Parts: sequence; structure tokens; C-alpha cells
Amino acid sequence: MRCFTSWPARPGATELNMKQFKAFIRKEFYHIFRDPLTMAILFLLPILMLTLFGFAITTEVRNTKIAVYDPSKDAGTMAILNRMEASEFFEITRELSSPDDIESVFRQGRIGLLVVFSERFYENLVHTGEAQIQLLADGSDPNNASVVVNYATAIIAASQQELISRTGGAMPYQITPEVKLLYNPQMKGAYNFVPGVMGMIMMLICAMMTSVSIAREKELGTMEVLLVSPMKPIYVILAKAVPYFFMSVINLTTILLLSVFVLDVPIAGSLFWLIILSLIFIFVSLSLGILISSVVDKQLVALLISGMVLMLPVILLSGMMFPLENMPWLLRALSEIIPAKWFIMAVKKIMIKGLSYSSITRELLILGSMAVVLIAVSLKRFKTRLE
Amino acid sequence: MNVIVAENLCKSFGSFKAVDRITFEVPQGEIFGFLGANGAGKTTAIRMFCGLSKPTSGKGSVAGFDIWKQPEQIKANIGYLSQKFALYEDLKVWENIRLYAGIYSVPAKEIGPKTDEILHRLGFTSERNTLVSELPLGWKQKLSFSVAVVHDPRIVFLDEPTSGVDPVTRRQFWELIYDAADRGITVFVTTHYMDEAEYCNRVSIMVDGKIEALDTPKKLKEQFEAKNMDEVFHQLARKARRNGA
Repeated sequence: MRCFTSWPARPGATELNMKQFKAFIRKEFYHIFRDPLTMAILFLLPILMLTLFGFAITTEVRNTKIAVYDPSKDAGTMAILNRMEASEFFEITRELSSPDDIESVFRQGRIGLLVVFSERFYENLVHTGEAQIQLLADGSDPNNASVVVNYATAIIAASQQELISRTGGAMPYQITPEVKLLYNPQMKGAYNFVPGVMGMIMMLICAMMTSVSIAREKELGTMEVLLVSPMKPIYVILAKAVPYFFMSVINLTTILLLSVFVLDVPIAGSLFWLIILSLIFIFVSLSLGILISSVVDKQLVALLISGMVLMLPVILLSGMMFPLENMPWLLRALSEIIPAKWFIMAVKKIMIKGLSYSSITRELLILGSMAVVLIAVSLKRFKTRLE
Repeated sequence: MNVIVAENLCKSFGSFKAVDRITFEVPQGEIFGFLGANGAGKTTAIRMFCGLSKPTSGKGSVAGFDIWKQPEQIKANIGYLSQKFALYEDLKVWENIRLYAGIYSVPAKEIGPKTDEILHRLGFTSERNTLVSELPLGWKQKLSFSVAVVHDPRIVFLDEPTSGVDPVTRRQFWELIYDAADRGITVFVTTHYMDEAEYCNRVSIMVDGKIEALDTPKKLKEQFEAKNMDEVFHQLARKARRNGA
């Protein structure tokens, strides 16, 4: 008969075994570093997205072609037109000789704005303190039109100041509405996009990558082996999330550096609170990823769900691209449960407006409770699925 | 000493009795064949022994630990290999070994010698740094087995480990199984190949959730007056009411 050596029983896993945990995390990093696609998504995508949104896809209005109908041609109108021409936003391409041309010039669709001065503009301004300018914009693109009108109004206001000082302040105050663009006086698109891209990338990396990587283990059958192992399911999941957490922190740094040094978007408020806010958002995204992976067994499904259920709302309903104010109430209500919306709102406050942390307590609270609820639900779901 | 003890073990899903009062014992070092048609309840039984699901009723112990109360201890003392690979294709051969050694808490200083031993036994010494994805299927299968017993478990559960593998590799795989049994590791194996059933010390055949026969292949053949295990199996499986459920 065979003779066996004594058999020491191995202790069962009752608490966190750091060695086990480390062995597992190391494996996760191998997966990440050895997959070119994952590496590209992790490191190139943020840079690509930020530069794309920052430079190419821009809502800034530059070199808008304008037409002018100026029956006065006096010092006042010249002052305003010179200023417009000098600005980088406008380019005067046509001068109309009669008001009848107004409609046709728009129909041709080559101009974005038409400036119409009243007759005897400067004379009226000096004597009555009142002169009319009409700004006609192409309303078929309302966002663009309002931006163009805002720029033009700002320029008119500036010229007016100049005219006032020229007359030695003798002229009574003018009533032209001055639209002040707070926080983003040049209306730079990057100011709007940096927080949005931050939200998108965190969501993408944390939720999508985590859910896909857990679904992959299920699909390949390695999850089964892990569940039979003494490693507790909760640590399997946590170990999955840890590498992506680190990756997100690296990405956060990349994004912030890029936005400050390349896109010239400064961090106006507290860096500390910006980081706290981002960390909470990363937790929310990670737990969303875990939640998705507890529902699906296939990588492709995980990818689709994260894409449809997470990314689309982030792009459409977070206020990143389309203003929420103009949406029907149903969509606005829906946007309330989108974590990225709160994150982007708070980032704008801290990073762009430079407000103090007290201004984002609501966002922090909402995101914090979302994180707690999501983590609890996804861990519970994961456990029940094992039985 | 018995490494597996099952006493009237049951598992029901609603009114469906997947495993219906099975009773048997497996002594240490035995190669125990666990046969049955698809849907006979094999996988459900293995899941209970591995601590993955709780039985509905009955008693059982694996490696001396109670399957009701000590699933965590059981997990630490068993090995498991299914027909799907446990290996990570994008990890190198030695990285896979180290990963599972780490998961099963093999002391750090033993991992190095253990890795050398496994590679030597498999004749893989030159493939230490090869990615698993580059290995031929048969090699992966053998490596999977070695990884499943990297922590010298009391017992290893093999759930159809050789499905889809060529006969030569299956033969080599069984050499590994004998080798492990010689080291005192109990082997609990399910298979579709009846020639493999002949390699087992004892074989149980499950039909509709019940164990209908349990003995050495030789005695089973005498009992059923059959030429080989294939005939034994078919005589029993013919009685099955449920199929692939």
C-alpha cells in the first residue's frame, strides 16, 4: 500500500489575505499591459479625446462672415465696424447698398450675421443719446446664432465706451444691452469640454473596462476556477477594480496637465477638492462597472451595455454637449440620475469658476450616496449569483 | 481515511431533484470516476463538494471539512479543473503557476522550486517564459492540471478534463493523474470517455440524480456481464428518464 506523508490542512480564507490579493492584482496589470487595445484606450484615448474636443470639435465661433448695411458711414459706425473687423470672430465680407438686399443675402446663406445701422447714426448718438443698431443672425443654428450675437453685442458695447470717452463723457449713458460672459469671457470651448471629457473618460475606463474584464473571466471560464479557489468573491472583484482605479488616477493627471498646459484651461479653484470629487466619481463608475458585470456573462454584452447605458447618457444628458435647460422635462428628470451630470457640474464650479468646496456639497453628497448604494447593490448581486 | 463522504446528499431546484440521496465514500489516494449522462446531476454534485452550492439536505464532508459549515476550508484544500482552461492566455507559463500558487497561499519561498518541479515533470523547462496562448492545446491541458494541484491539495476535482483532446494527450494526461495519485492526491474525475473509466480505481455511475452503480471497473463488468465499461454505462443510462436537462 502507498504511504502518504502527513497532510497539513490549509486554513480557509476568512479575512483578506494580502499575498493572495497582490498575486491577483499583479495578474490584472499583466492583462492590461499586454493588451495593445486596452493600453490604447487607457493612455491614448484621453489625449485624443481632449485634443479632439479642445481643438477640432469646437463650439467657438471664429471668422463668422458678416454683412453690413450702413447708410450713415460716419465716425460712429466706422468705430464699431473697425472693431468688429479687428476681432478674430468676425470678417466683414459684404456691404449692402440697399435694405432690399437683406433677405437675399441671408438666403444665399453665406453670412452668419447682418449688422444694420440706422441713418445718421453718429449724429443721433451725440445729440439724442440714442442710435439704433440691428443685429440679424441666422437662427437656423440657434446656439451659433446666440454666440454670434453675444460677441457682436460685446463689441458694440466696447465701441460705445470708446465713443463716450471721445466726447469727453458729455454724452448721456447709452442703453445698449451689454451681455457679460462670466467665467469664460472668450467663450472658449475647452472650458466647457474639459469637465465633460473628464467625466466621459473616467466612466469609460472605470465602468467599461472593469465590466468587460470581469465578463471576460466569466466567458473564458476562469471565473469558475476563481470561485472554487479560497479567494473570496468580494476580493476577486475588488482586485479587478484596483488596477482600473490606478489607471483612472493616471488619466485624471494626464487630463489635468493637458488642460492646463495645452488647452490653457486653468484650475481656478482648489486642486484638493477637485481630486476628492474625481475620486468619488471614480468609485461610482467602478461600482457601475461591477454592477454591469454581475448581470452579464459576455464581454460583448458588457461592452454594449456600458456603451449604451453609460456612455450615451453621459454624452447626451450630462449637459456636456447639449444644454439641459432646453430639454423636455422627462429627459431633464432622467439626467438627475446620471452621475456624470453631477460630476461635470461640480468640476465646472471648482475648476472653471474657482468656487469653494461649499458650492459643491450637494454634488458631493449625491455622488457619495450614489457610490455607497451602487457598491452595496453590486456586491450583493455578485454574492447572490454564486448560490 | 476518507477524503469525500456523502450521506443521503440531495440538491433540489424547486421540485426538480438534481441530486437525489447519493451516498458514497472516497478514500485518500483513490482515482474515483464519477460518470453519468448529461443532466444526470454530476456537475451539481461537484458544485456541492467544492463549496459552491449548499445541499438541500443530507450530510457530506470533503477533506475532513463539513460541506454545510466549512466551505471556505474546503476551498483551500481542494484543486479544481473543468473542461474550460483555468490558464490565462496572456500570462506566461511561470506567471500562471505563480498566480495560482499565490491564490492558494503557497509560501513565497516554495513557489520557485515548485515551478521548477512542475516544468521539469512536464518537460516544459524551455517554455518557462512562453505565453500560454502560444502553447499547443495538449500542453495547455497538462499545464492546467499541474496548476490545479500546485498547492498539493487533498483532493482534485476534474470535470471532464479531457474533452476535445486527442488520444495521445489524453494518455499523457492520465499519466499525470496517476502521478498525482501516487503523491497521495485523491482524484475525483468525471468523463465522457469510457476507456478512461477503465483507468479509475472505482467508478460510480449516476442516473437521474441517483448513483445506480459503484464499484471497481472489473467488478462492474462482471456484475453487468459486459465486455467493457461502455456496455455497463449504456445498460444503466438506458434507464434514464431525463436527458440533457
